[in-house]
Amino acid sequence: MLSRVAERVYWAARYLERAENTARLLKVYTSLLYDLPDDTGISWYNLVVASGTHVQYNERYQVRDERNVAKFLLADDSNPSAMLSSLRLVRENIRTTRDVVPPESWELINELYHYAGDNIQQGINRRHRRDYIDEVIKGCQQINGLIMATMCNDDAWQMLRLGRNLERADMTTRILEAGGSMLPDILEEDNAHVADVVWGAVLRSLNAYQPYRRTMKVAVTGEDVGTFLLEDALFPRSFVYCLQQMEMASKSLPSSDEVSKALEKISKIVKKGTDYQDPIIALPKHLNALQLEMTSLHNVFADTWFYIE
Amino acid sequence: MGSQQQSSDNGIQWQGYTAQDFYDELISDKGRPRAPARKLAKHLAGFSADELKHRRQTAEATVKEMGVSFTVYTDEGNIDRAWPFDIIPRVISAKQWATTSAGLVQRVTALNHFINDVYNKQEIFKDGIMPNYLLEGSVNFRPECVGITPPHGVWANICGTDLVRDEDGQFYVLEDNLRVPSGVAYMLENREITKRVLPEVFEAEKILPIGDYASDLFNMLASLSPRKVRQPEIVVMTPGIYNSAYFEHAYLAQEMGTELVEGSDLMVDTDDCVYMKTIGGRSRVDVIYRRIDDLFIDPEAFDKNSVLGVPGLMRAWRKGNVALANAPGAGVADDKVVYAFVPKMIEYYLGEKPLIKNVETYLCDDPEQRDYVLKNIEQLVVKPANESGGYGMLVGPHSSKKDCAHFRKLIQENPRNYIAQPTLKLSTAPILTENGIVEPRHLDLRPFILQGKNTTVTTGGLTRVAMTKGSLVVNSSQGGGSKDTWIVNN
Repeated sequence: MLSRVAERVYWAARYLERAENTARLLKVYTSLLYDLPDDTGISWYNLVVASGTHVQYNERYQVRDERNVAKFLLADDSNPSAMLSSLRLVRENIRTTRDVVPPESWELINELYHYAGDNIQQGINRRHRRDYIDEVIKGCQQINGLIMATMCNDDAWQMLRLGRNLERADMTTRILEAGGSMLPDILEEDNAHVADVVWGAVLRSLNAYQPYRRTMKVAVTGEDVGTFLLEDALFPRSFVYCLQQMEMASKSLPSSDEVSKALEKISKIVKKGTDYQDPIIALPKHLNALQLEMTSLHNVFADTWFYIE
Repeated sequence: MGSQQQSSDNGIQWQGYTAQDFYDELISDKGRPRAPARKLAKHLAGFSADELKHRRQTAEATVKEMGVSFTVYTDEGNIDRAWPFDIIPRVISAKQWATTSAGLVQRVTALNHFINDVYNKQEIFKDGIMPNYLLEGSVNFRPECVGITPPHGVWANICGTDLVRDEDGQFYVLEDNLRVPSGVAYMLENREITKRVLPEVFEAEKILPIGDYASDLFNMLASLSPRKVRQPEIVVMTPGIYNSAYFEHAYLAQEMGTELVEGSDLMVDTDDCVYMKTIGGRSRVDVIYRRIDDLFIDPEAFDKNSVLGVPGLMRAWRKGNVALANAPGAGVADDKVVYAFVPKMIEYYLGEKPLIKNVETYLCDDPEQRDYVLKNIEQLVVKPANESGGYGMLVGPHSSKKDCAHFRKLIQENPRNYIAQPTLKLSTAPILTENGIVEPRHLDLRPFILQGKNTTVTTGGLTRVAMTKGSLVVNSSQGGGSKDTWIVNN
């Protein structure tokens, strides 16, 4: 398979996952609106920090309120990771690789892109936001479903799998980070049960609540949520699970030695874990380290498969 | 030209249809269908107005669904336009097609002899059959190609010859298109659309199958491979998604099961072989079907600023390490001045009489012929020697005095660059208009000829139609459309 085509397919999967997880990220705080005591303020700007786009945000906005943050994460052209920008890039990448992906994926991404754009106000305003976010998530899952159910497990499929899992692992750390960054305010107020509500919202936004209960068999606590979302080997959105998927995908692709080494190294870091009971210092530091590892992992992919000289 | 008003309730009534003094492909005088089109005409006349409308809508929907499009360059940027398609096929008898097809093989064979002669011994000039000045003034002569003989001695592997019919009903060659002719994907799609729109007519008629063009193309390209391996690596090279024929490039690559590459996907190593960059590393390429003009294929050899090409490609080609189809430099014969000499070439190289005629051509470089052109420009079509796509030409009878004067000046400034031809009475065929009536429109025919180890000709070709009443311009870039072409065996 041509390197250029491989790279485009890989990015199509990454952007699709980014669009879906940006919606999930916003969903964490949106659902907290209904569950937190009135006097607990929500610092929406935390979401911008968690998504790693605060520099662009601050160039554009003075006020860090809910509306601006929602607009920035979903639809702002100056945010290269905004949900709509991501969907547009999925579309561009699929447009130029239509010969290696299921032809119907072109129709589905068109449909989703137009739906998301036409109804963007529903995502920005609070009232219909949850429905809107759920529709977008469904649209993304429909495309992933089509790929899983109809596409040959060829090199292009493995490239999609790599892109999807790298982005998903990265975004899971960011959604955890968004949860963790709520806590300093809450803990100051000595309001421990509110922390459990926050961790519950994190799990739900990743469709992880029920799997967590069945696997961990304990109440929802920050410590166990961190362990589950990073280290569980069976839950499809956990960091370790995504690493395993990338390992399997790379094994089916040519000259994957360097990639295997890099994956092994990251696997050791995540399995070593951190002091999950410390959401103020230890957890963010750990998550940040993992995010940096994902950036270097992408560079190893690029050197191995995309930039052939 | 025109047609009498028809009642739109009753569908098509051929009695009211007349192309007046033009030769019509389907209907002769007095609304009588020609022999090969008799069944089709009868069948169409049996449709009610509603039925016809329904069929036309089916065609439009099919074009959209199949994603058949082409790109038009405008000031506002490039837009993907649906392919304008007319549902009434153009019909040619199998007997007439057999002669035409043989004539095309003959012509392309002679042209390839000529190109190889140009870049090697130049005997046709030494023997005084063609004047030397033809080469000196040719912008498509590539000195970089001198001394090369490509596989099988063939330079133009894919040709899209434009044929027209005059009022006498005979086919004439209008242009040879030996550089990067396009349109074959539309020919194949037109047949697919027609099968869906008029399925029952296919049962009643003996319409020759269009053939497996993708396989013929693949086999021809494989026959050029420098490495004699079972599975040579063949690629289609495109300038990219913004090219007007990108749809066709992607279509052909997909149909042949080959990679669709851009220049940046390829590289030439110190061993002067061409490699494509794959996820498994470099992979040797044997044959490149390039859909990029000569001057852009190698920034090292030609246009230094070209970002579409591959540095060193000409080096690899000259060493015989990669085949390029069409070979660089093949365009030297795709020149309207050279065109005038093709009948002589056929006699010179093959010792045969041409089976298909040329359109009478006046060379402006010849003082006597130039005088005639300057005096009669209002009756003539004047064309620059090296343009394609219908750009930069003058259709005398349809032009203002000012335009004619402008062209007189151009000819006097650079006579080598212009030829003139009588204004042909281009044949017509009926199209179904939006109002549901049939009206004659001018058309031409572009068959595709593949020449490698063997030579094949498509069964029929791409019929291009000037969709505007009275217009003679059939190019898709200038508002032309198309229709299916049937070779019928009665």
